[in-house]
Amino acid sequence: MGGFCALSCSGSDIVMELSVTDLAVGRGGIPLLAGLSFGLARGRALVLRGPNGSGKTTLLRTVAGLQLPMAGRVEVGEDSVAYAAHADGLKAALSVAENLRFWAAVFGQSGIDAALRAFDLEPLAERRAGQLSAGQKRRLGLARLVVTGRPLWVLDEPTVSLDAASVAQFGAAVRAHLGHGGAALIATHIDLGLEADVLDVTPYRAAADAMAATDEAFL
Amino acid sequence: MRALFLRDLVLALRAGGGFGLGLAFFLIVVVLVPFSVGPSSELLGRIAPGVLWLGALLACLLSLDRLLAVDWEDGALDLLATSPLPLEGVIAVKAAAHWVTTGLPLVLAAPVLGVLLNLAPQGYGVLVLSLALGTPALSMIGAFGAALTVGIKRGGLLMSLLVLPLYVPTLIFGAEAARRAAEGQDPATPLLFLAGITAGVLACMPFAAGAVLRVNLR
Amino acid sequence: MSLWEYANPVKFLGLSERVMPWLWGFAAACLGVGLIWGFFFTPDDFRQGSTVKIIYLHVPAAFMAIQAWFMMLVVSLIWIIRRHHVSALAAKAAAPVGVVMTLIALVTGAIWGQPMWGTWWAWDPRLTSFLILFLFYLGYIALWEAIEDPDTAADLTSILCLVGTVFAVLSRYAVNFWNQGLHQGASLSLDKEENVADVFYIPLLVCMAGFVLLFLALVFYRTGTEIRVRRTRALIAREGRGAAAQVEGA
Repeated sequence: MGGFCALSCSGSDIVMELSVTDLAVGRGGIPLLAGLSFGLARGRALVLRGPNGSGKTTLLRTVAGLQLPMAGRVEVGEDSVAYAAHADGLKAALSVAENLRFWAAVFGQSGIDAALRAFDLEPLAERRAGQLSAGQKRRLGLARLVVTGRPLWVLDEPTVSLDAASVAQFGAAVRAHLGHGGAALIATHIDLGLEADVLDVTPYRAAADAMAATDEAFL
Repeated sequence: MRALFLRDLVLALRAGGGFGLGLAFFLIVVVLVPFSVGPSSELLGRIAPGVLWLGALLACLLSLDRLLAVDWEDGALDLLATSPLPLEGVIAVKAAAHWVTTGLPLVLAAPVLGVLLNLAPQGYGVLVLSLALGTPALSMIGAFGAALTVGIKRGGLLMSLLVLPLYVPTLIFGAEAARRAAEGQDPATPLLFLAGITAGVLACMPFAAGAVLRVNLR
Repeated sequence: MSLWEYANPVKFLGLSERVMPWLWGFAAACLGVGLIWGFFFTPDDFRQGSTVKIIYLHVPAAFMAIQAWFMMLVVSLIWIIRRHHVSALAAKAAAPVGVVMTLIALVTGAIWGQPMWGTWWAWDPRLTSFLILFLFYLGYIALWEAIEDPDTAADLTSILCLVGTVFAVLSRYAVNFWNQGLHQGASLSLDKEENVADVFYIPLLVCMAGFVLLFLALVFYRTGTEIRVRRTRALIAREGRGAAAQVEGA
């Protein structure tokens, strides 16, 4: 399987935020994707596509360090990943500002104004997160990315339950992040209006006879 | 870390389940005891230290299954795992917050409930001291149990089965110290054992709990 | 040829198939000889009468209850350090055997205690410790059952086993501190003074050997079953994915 590079790999002056080599990922001991290689440079975004259950989420969790690769390597800078999945980790009993301030403190940052502004949350800042609509919650969850101050955003279907205006807002936030030298790895089905490379994971689906590493010993 | 601690405290306060529920449960257990063993004040005074310890232990257990489950369900645990905080620290901080919202009120309420159970006057100081020394261990051991069962649906009952045997040494030494003091004997030995167990648990358990949580997040 | 080669499931199955008939045979022989000798060819104790003969079940079962937990601790450590699947499965296989041994020890103890102490149960340190050990076994088994992914279950139960061991030992000393008991001293120890008399001692040793062999045979057998379960799972998974690939190809 051929490698994939978000940029021309030859340019040695490009700082890679993420580089993945011959990666295989799986869930519950069953391999889903294998032979993945790609790189992601600062200022670039990479969009992952593929049908449901193809292993996009697992790949993102592996890149974020939440689970171990079954084979191959993931190279990211230490403490550089900000991960956002379907669940936003919001506390209904806390206000929008308190939720953001908490995550800013956890990531050793301060100042949430930029994040509030980027997702148009300023009017809602004192509202309890439990009273927000699904789309507003989603925006708050994405605003969390801004307060982490981390360079590599790893996003799993970030636009679920966002309306068109909010999607545009999100696209703008990602563009701003890239403009500041950040990078983003995004699994999504819709067009974010980003100038991003696209990686379809379908060809990398693990071969049917590639046995799970953990169960191999039993055959 | 401090932010996490404060957040857990605020959540416990606002959700209403924290301070109030454990205390109310403790009160109810203590009130039910005379109904079940009879109103003889001599008998109640004799079993008071044990009943108070058992009530505190059960009240502590009651709120444990939400300790990590809430953060697990809303995805916050995943996000914390990718944050700069070590998971061992996350667990220790959450156990500390659990102690402040559950253990500490129990310690403070125990003397009042001791009056209800006709506890001997010389027993109050050591009862409070033994609870203050022992309940942090209960919270930390409980956090380990919560970490073990966090991925399991309806893991609450299983967690009780796993955690209660681990509570045995703490309960024995804690209740023994309180009993000895109430009977006018020297409680120093069990108190020292209790302090030793708590110190050991606080030192080692976060690592076991962190390892377990890492497995569960995989 | 290293011992670790038997950590390979297939090799292990081969070994256990060769060893198991011998284990079963020797276990049956030792238990038969030991129990018949103990029950029918030893004198009654001058104080305890014929009730003393339950010792031939009680002591070996109690011994194996502790040894089974110890074996689980060792194989759990092997799993954590070297990640051999056989060791994790052996721990899983040993737990129910251990819990049955604990139960036998508790029940025979109660049957023995009734005529001797006039009570079925007393909160004696040894009895209490065994009851706590029983609870530890139950929790351990319940955790295995509750978790679907076998590797996750193996990891979690190994750590529980380590932590549980520490707390079981702590509980043992705590319970000793808490109550001085009725139970007689050790039936077997290196200090000859404490031991039971020689007439009881030799058949008891034979029974112990029988219980050890029986335990080994059961663990081999159950581990083999667990390995076959995993093997079936792996084959089904492969089959399923093979079929999926064919559908896509067509």
